Amino acid sequence: MFKKGRRPLDFWTVITALLFVLFLIFLVAPLLSLLLSGFRSPETNAFTLDNFRRFFQKKYYYQALGNSFAISFSVTALVLLVGVPLAYLMTFFHIKGKGFVQILIIISMLSPSFIGAYSWILLLGRSGVVTKFFAHLGIQTPTIYGFGGMLLVFTLKLFPLVYLYVSGAMKKIDTSLVEASSSLGCKPVRNVITLIMPLILPTLLAAVLMVFMNSLADFGTPMLIGEGFRVMPVLVYKEFMSEVGSNANFAASIAIIIICVTTGLYLLQRRVVNKMSFRMTTIKSIEPKTLTGVKGFFAHLYIYGIVLLAIIPQITVIYTSFLKTNGSVFVSGFSLNSYRTMFSKMASTIGNTYLYSFAAIIIIVILAMLMAYVSVRRRNVFTSILDIVTMFPYIISGSILGIMLLMAFNKPPLMISGTAMIIILAFVIRRLPHTLRSSVAILYQINPSVEEAAISLGESPGKAFFKVTAVMMIPGVLSGAILSWISIINELSASIILHTGSTKTMSVAIYNEVFRASYGTAAAISTVLTVTTVAALLIFFKATGKKEISL
Amino acid sequence: MSTGIQIRNLAKRYGDLTIIPDLSVEIMSGEFFTLLGPSGCGKTTLLRMIAGFNSIENGTIAFNNQVINHVPAHKRNIGMVFQNYAIFPHLSVRENVKYGLKLRKIPKKEMNERVDQILEVTQIKEYADRLPENLSGGQQQRVALARAIVVHPTVLLMDEPLSNLDAKLRLDMRSAIREIQKDIGITTVYVTHDQEEALAISDRIAVMNDGVIQQIGSPHTIYTRPANLFVGGFIGHSSFFAAKRKGNCVVFSDQYQVEMSNLVSDCGEQDVYVGVRPEEILISANETGIPAIVKRSTFLGRYIHYVLECQGCTLLGEHKDLEFTQEINVAERTYSSGDSMMIQVNTKSINVFSASDQTSLIEGVSRNV
Repeated sequence: MFKKGRRPLDFWTVITALLFVLFLIFLVAPLLSLLLSGFRSPETNAFTLDNFRRFFQKKYYYQALGNSFAISFSVTALVLLVGVPLAYLMTFFHIKGKGFVQILIIISMLSPSFIGAYSWILLLGRSGVVTKFFAHLGIQTPTIYGFGGMLLVFTLKLFPLVYLYVSGAMKKIDTSLVEASSSLGCKPVRNVITLIMPLILPTLLAAVLMVFMNSLADFGTPMLIGEGFRVMPVLVYKEFMSEVGSNANFAASIAIIIICVTTGLYLLQRRVVNKMSFRMTTIKSIEPKTLTGVKGFFAHLYIYGIVLLAIIPQITVIYTSFLKTNGSVFVSGFSLNSYRTMFSKMASTIGNTYLYSFAAIIIIVILAMLMAYVSVRRRNVFTSILDIVTMFPYIISGSILGIMLLMAFNKPPLMISGTAMIIILAFVIRRLPHTLRSSVAILYQINPSVEEAAISLGESPGKAFFKVTAVMMIPGVLSGAILSWISIINELSASIILHTGSTKTMSVAIYNEVFRASYGTAAAISTVLTVTTVAALLIFFKATGKKEISL
Repeated sequence: MSTGIQIRNLAKRYGDLTIIPDLSVEIMSGEFFTLLGPSGCGKTTLLRMIAGFNSIENGTIAFNNQVINHVPAHKRNIGMVFQNYAIFPHLSVRENVKYGLKLRKIPKKEMNERVDQILEVTQIKEYADRLPENLSGGQQQRVALARAIVVHPTVLLMDEPLSNLDAKLRLDMRSAIREIQKDIGITTVYVTHDQEEALAISDRIAVMNDGVIQQIGSPHTIYTRPANLFVGGFIGHSSFFAAKRKGNCVVFSDQYQVEMSNLVSDCGEQDVYVGVRPEEILISANETGIPAIVKRSTFLGRYIHYVLECQGCTLLGEHKDLEFTQEINVAERTYSSGDSMMIQVNTKSINVFSASDQTSLIEGVSRNV
């Protein structure tokens, strides 16, 4: 009746082994070699601490670390000041045009920060529109370059993160909690302090970490608008890429310093959040109230003001893309010349962007579902590895990832530097954790017995996964993947390091054009990128049936 | 042509944790066999080992004496019904039922006939083209049953299939499952923690605790003659007296002792526990018996349920209460809180267990029948 013999190799054992090998080759090995090269002397290749000594001895270097902390702390503080009240007002009160405001906030978050930097230069830069206007009146506007400009750009780019996190947490507060507190004699204002703030605190801390890491790791903004204000990602990039005296070992040691900082912060945050976290069951979320009179006026003024500021870069970019240009100078009148130039000279970047991002997202979805499965359902070695993988993008910023991959794969046996593969690989590593996390969450909601039912009916475990579990997972995974796709097409800091002439993506092209001061073509590409982003976002809304995203 | 299941010296361990130490049982072909026990007793673990979803650390499982330890789940030809139904949500009822037949490459004509027939038997034909989300719990469970049976599995395994249904539906489904199983004559292993369900549906029951089978027997045997203290306490609502056995007598107190005719042969004086069910208590017609005071009485329609405080004898348990149900039809009088009465026990039906090894001292009672 049954064939005798040894138990055949289980499908999931094979998959686990395969994933493990991928994990070793593409994450562990490159990271280790980066770490090791930071401890090697560039001249003799011997182990040494000289690189670190050099960093901490020269003010030119260690000042960048101080600057990075200064900007990240300031951004985090300012973003909290802007984002938390915004979330509070939007959740607890009726705001006119709430849905639209929400979409604008999401768009300003999804579009890359270097586009923000670049359009603020167009407005407030040395030859910016606003600067010139005030100069005519004899008024000198404050400079946009350096610390102030970075603060402005980062704040406007990152407050949506805090807004989305915090308003998500506030929506989870059951209205009965507020009612209970009031029934015990608590005044509305005290409710905010004694009840609402503590309830959202874990979420708030997660948001703080995200904001801090983002402003610490961002490369495009300081590069465009930072000028003399040197920060760590720029330093790493320059040390690694500079034509003369490029020093990979020194760059690696700077990367190690950044990784230490980010790892420390990440672990600290996780520890604190774990200690504070609690479960809430929400039956009925808080019902928004109507604000009348002066209060209502100021609430609306505040919200519209911030959102307008945040969306100005997009409007500027789209507007300038239709302006007539003469070389790098805008002249009066409208034309489609910027688009013509773009399509004639840079059509391939658009193609590249779509090709690489789709390839990456397909790989991400497949890998994420398989990894989620082996870590949730098989509870093996992968369950613990999962943690490391999900923590990866927090502690390894884009530029460090770029350097890491370039150093690891520019020599045999895996010589893929300069190819599209290495860019796709970077995309996968950067965005896999996000899809992985959502896949794990989705898988926890699917009862294992559905798949066991298929197996009991005679389906092999591998087929049962693809025919049953995967089919049930895919809607949720895909809608999350749309958001990942959006951030992939906007990715700059890794691709700027990994690209070559033929593998340029749109964001790299924008960056190059801005640097060459071809603002017209830069605006045209940015517009294509923004339109793509908004289109993808609309698809996401359609797919999930909601007008919001949760992080 | 149905299949028997032979389980020998089976062990299940998770690391250092032993779920099933050493379990042997033979399930007859065509029988409805129930694994009954409190949660965590290992009954579901055992079922999933038979299904092939849990690994086997030691011992063997055989279908018709052919060891299947190393046959993966999808090649064991089992039918399984899950607690949460596990219907494929993306497939219609008909496609759900067809799923296993397609895998077996049954010719189209025969496949459709078999699907139609089983849909009729399980009374879900009218929903055949609906998606599962539009079905009630009971209907979904019928789909799960149809899907498992239609492939003509070697054995049918059911893991608490009724526990997510409401009380009324549970009764209906219970008889439906029983009827369908008898019609088809398929060997069935059924897991439940609900003793009433187990008693109503099974040919034989294995009562499990801590990964060990405490007793195997017909529902009637298990209920009336539990093999040990655990089974006696788990099945039904017994109260236990701590008493003494002297020869054929069981001594409850200085005032009350009874003579038994069915105790195993005498081994002198020993401590015993006497299991008495609420319906095995009689109100004494004379002055002999155990004096008791009514602590609470609850009116239940056909019965009145009393909680009594006994005097002069020792009861096990936290509250030392004795439960007693009085049938209204035959009651000469009823009692209220604070009333006193004199009670006796029905010597034909009470169970006596040795205090030292907790096994039954009733003649002819064994763990395995």
